[in-house]
Amino acid sequence: MLERCLALIALCIASSVAAAAGGGPLEPAHVNVHDRASLQRGARLFMNYCAGCHEARFMRYQRLARDLGLDEELVQRHLNFSGAPIGATMLNAMNPEQASEWFGAAPPDLSLTARAKYGGPDWIYTFLKSFYADESRPLGWNNRVLVNASMPHVLWELQGIQRPIYAAGHQGEASHVERLELVQPGKLSPEEYDRAIRDIAAFMAYMAEPAVLQREALGVWVLLYLALFTLLAWLLKREYWRDVH
Amino acid sequence: MSTPRPANRVLGWLHDRAPGLWTWWNRHAAQYYAPKNFNFWYFFGSLALLVLVNQIVTGIWLTMNYKPSAAEAFASVEYIMRDVEWGWLIRYMHSTGASAFFVVVYLHMFRALIYGSYQKPRELVWILGMLIYLVLMAEAFMGYVLPWGQMSYWGAQVIISLFGAIPGIGDSLTEWIRGDYLVSDATLNRFFALHVVALPLVLLLLVYLHLMALHEVGSNNPEGIDIKKVKGPDGKPLDGVPFHPYYTIKDLVGVGFFLILFSFVIFFEPTFGGLFLEHDNFVEANPLVTPEHIKPVWYFTPYYAMLRAIPDKLFGVIVMFGAVLILFFLPWLDRSPVRSIRYRGPLTRVLLALFVIAFVSLGWLGMQPGSELQTLMARVFTFYYFAFFITMPLWTRIDRTRPVPERIPAHA
Repeated sequence: MLERCLALIALCIASSVAAAAGGGPLEPAHVNVHDRASLQRGARLFMNYCAGCHEARFMRYQRLARDLGLDEELVQRHLNFSGAPIGATMLNAMNPEQASEWFGAAPPDLSLTARAKYGGPDWIYTFLKSFYADESRPLGWNNRVLVNASMPHVLWELQGIQRPIYAAGHQGEASHVERLELVQPGKLSPEEYDRAIRDIAAFMAYMAEPAVLQREALGVWVLLYLALFTLLAWLLKREYWRDVH
Repeated sequence: MSTPRPANRVLGWLHDRAPGLWTWWNRHAAQYYAPKNFNFWYFFGSLALLVLVNQIVTGIWLTMNYKPSAAEAFASVEYIMRDVEWGWLIRYMHSTGASAFFVVVYLHMFRALIYGSYQKPRELVWILGMLIYLVLMAEAFMGYVLPWGQMSYWGAQVIISLFGAIPGIGDSLTEWIRGDYLVSDATLNRFFALHVVALPLVLLLLVYLHLMALHEVGSNNPEGIDIKKVKGPDGKPLDGVPFHPYYTIKDLVGVGFFLILFSFVIFFEPTFGGLFLEHDNFVEANPLVTPEHIKPVWYFTPYYAMLRAIPDKLFGVIVMFGAVLILFFLPWLDRSPVRSIRYRGPLTRVLLALFVIAFVSLGWLGMQPGSELQTLMARVFTFYYFAFFITMPLWTRIDRTRPVPERIPAHA
């Protein structure tokens, strides 16, 4: 009875976790927030390609320097283009009202995007992979993950230009994009591009929760301590209960 | 009951002035006889107490940096997560603790269900426990609003609007609860006050009464045997052991196992795949943007599924609250001559297993968007949920039972 109930509860939790993680055919990004080199590369790409329009209002330059093992002066010189002090958060000078006029919507803050999206870093990875040229859109770009996104493909120089291959729709249905084809290569090979956006996704996963580095490192020791505690408690219990029966 | 004066000078001094402390300790721990055959299911009472303490202590530290205002709340939570020393740990202990509270409370209630712990003479213990459950739901609901994310905001909007279904006073009642025409700064402020002061006080009082009521009548056990019927020449139950040190030590093992699971979630999966901390709640509350799927946190989803299963709003609300209220009557719905499932027949076992399936399924359905098939399933399970309780006086009476022995058997 007991085992069956527990199995049932476990099954329910597992299935709902799986259901909650769904939300479209996302490609696994396989990010590793403990890979410091990957985070550093991601930070460089993020500050160069994303931070001009997007803010990260909860992320401080100083925290980034400390967690990624970078010299503060180096961060100020090569990553902080806003001129803000090292203790400041990653804001920029873009006026949201003007931005809204230029793009159709103001670029959202990216501090927590990796936690807010279903799929997390996988969503970011797949999103950055899924831009294609679409002349019907105001800025000439569309995206398979976020249909009619107002964001243009800022990484197009790196990836190149993709064009959609449409699948014929069944009767009554509109045709849809079946896959994307690279028609003009960029500065990076497809493998290099995948690595670059994996680094961005990893950095954004870190940025959404900087404590992740400390949390997982400490967790191992906490569990080891608790395992020892539980063993001692069990031995003590056995000793006390020896005379009961 | 007079107690011997301790030899220690300080304790002796205290004993001269407050001998009642020793009487109290004996009455509730050192001389409180509990059945010797408690099993796995009996860990969850002490664990609920542990989680309550965890919530109060981490809650106090959270309030030191949390800002209960619509303009600052969301950012102050991120400030705790990033800039406050160990803030992330305190916040995860509190958020994981909220879910853990419901895990242990649901298992604790299920224990009462399978061993008939609510039966005479423990009706009062059960009713006080149900009141704790009710207050806990209010406490959790208001706490969930405080981070001021999208799901905080829209969850509150949906739940509060349910009161609008009450004919006549509905609209003014929802305004009175919110303190505004929509969920706003005023709502956040009052929920904060209720969450950190009012409801915890009520909760502590109820928990104390729950324990005192239990100690008046004594604990049930997996056999459902009354251990007070057979006493030794010294007047102590032969099948009982003093709660302290036997169960204080044994509960320590349960605490250890619990903390391992609890810490695993805190340190390695604090959002629990979006179940404990939901994706949409990492987006700041925005009254102008409605999230695609509004759903409550997992521990409310069985009732939420019932609400959605009913096409009529008022009737849906009645069904949802009725599902909780009907539990209060459990001691009088159960007419079985025996307590424990161990001495009941196959009918009870089958119906109870189906009840577990129905309740867990409703929990799952409450998280889903709600397709036609899912709505149908929710209706079937809601019907079963109520049928289980309403027909309980019948099936508990006709089900086969085995005779309950006087003493706890050696194997149990």
